[in-house]
Amino acid sequence: MSEIAVGDVLPELRVRITRADLVRYAGAALDFNPIHWNEAFAKGVGLPDVIAHGMLTMALAGRVVTGWGVGALVDYQARFTRPVVVPNDDTGALVELSGKVGAILEDGTIRVDLSAKFDGRAVLGKAIAIVRP
Amino acid sequence: MALEQSFVGREYPPESVYEVGREKIREFAEAIGDPRPEYLDVEAAKALGYADVVAPPTFTTIVNLASINRIVNDPELGLDYSRMVHGDQSFTHHSPVVAGDRLAVTTVVESVSRRAGNDFITLKAEIRTESGEPRVTTRALLVVRDAEQEQA
Repeated sequence: MSEIAVGDVLPELRVRITRADLVRYAGAALDFNPIHWNEAFAKGVGLPDVIAHGMLTMALAGRVVTGWGVGALVDYQARFTRPVVVPNDDTGALVELSGKVGAILEDGTIRVDLSAKFDGRAVLGKAIAIVRP
Repeated sequence: MALEQSFVGREYPPESVYEVGREKIREFAEAIGDPRPEYLDVEAAKALGYADVVAPPTFTTIVNLASINRIVNDPELGLDYSRMVHGDQSFTHHSPVVAGDRLAVTTVVESVSRRAGNDFITLKAEIRTESGEPRVTTRALLVVRDAEQEQA
């Protein structure tokens, strides 16, 4: 494999999240919080509409790293800074995921700084993956 | 309403064992749109050195969430679940989670605090196999949004 350097950009990913995707993820992750599938409930607790699971967005951003294929993701953290609002239509919410090499650490692992955007704004903060090649 | 401070340091030993299944890994991988062969195909996983199909990096959210729910629904804590949102999350992998693993979770309440009317609670979970091999350490920060501030 060619040398990996700080500043390298990982292949970007664009994913549309629909209500059906939320239902599927809820079942797979066993996360049945109604803010992720029940519009009336979500609005009742002050949210604009149904929102995606933060953990789903985190998993999608993780795909930028697993798809890169350089090594195993050994440490992964993210802050959920803004909700991904998912309308009740076939188009869903477009989430744009990207990453770049932030540092090569002393133990040979690679720090990847990830970004997830919805409506042009960051929905994850301090999203950092440590990859062991 | 402030959360009960005396919860800090409280440890929740494993309540049950979660057996990781091949089909559950497949279901999770498909739900996050990541159909990598090592998640779905035993031979592909073995070719990469895994004992069986391996779980995607955030798969242990399943057992992590179950332990979170157990604690935040404790009436003594005084947490309004309908106002709770996930603040942040981390996963530190010690060894790969593979199908057939029997996982047990020990969770500790690391901190409870209040800032600007919002309540914060940090939970750290050690996910190990039944025989004690470390798999993943997770940390979750949960935020309970201020109800009064919104009504004002």
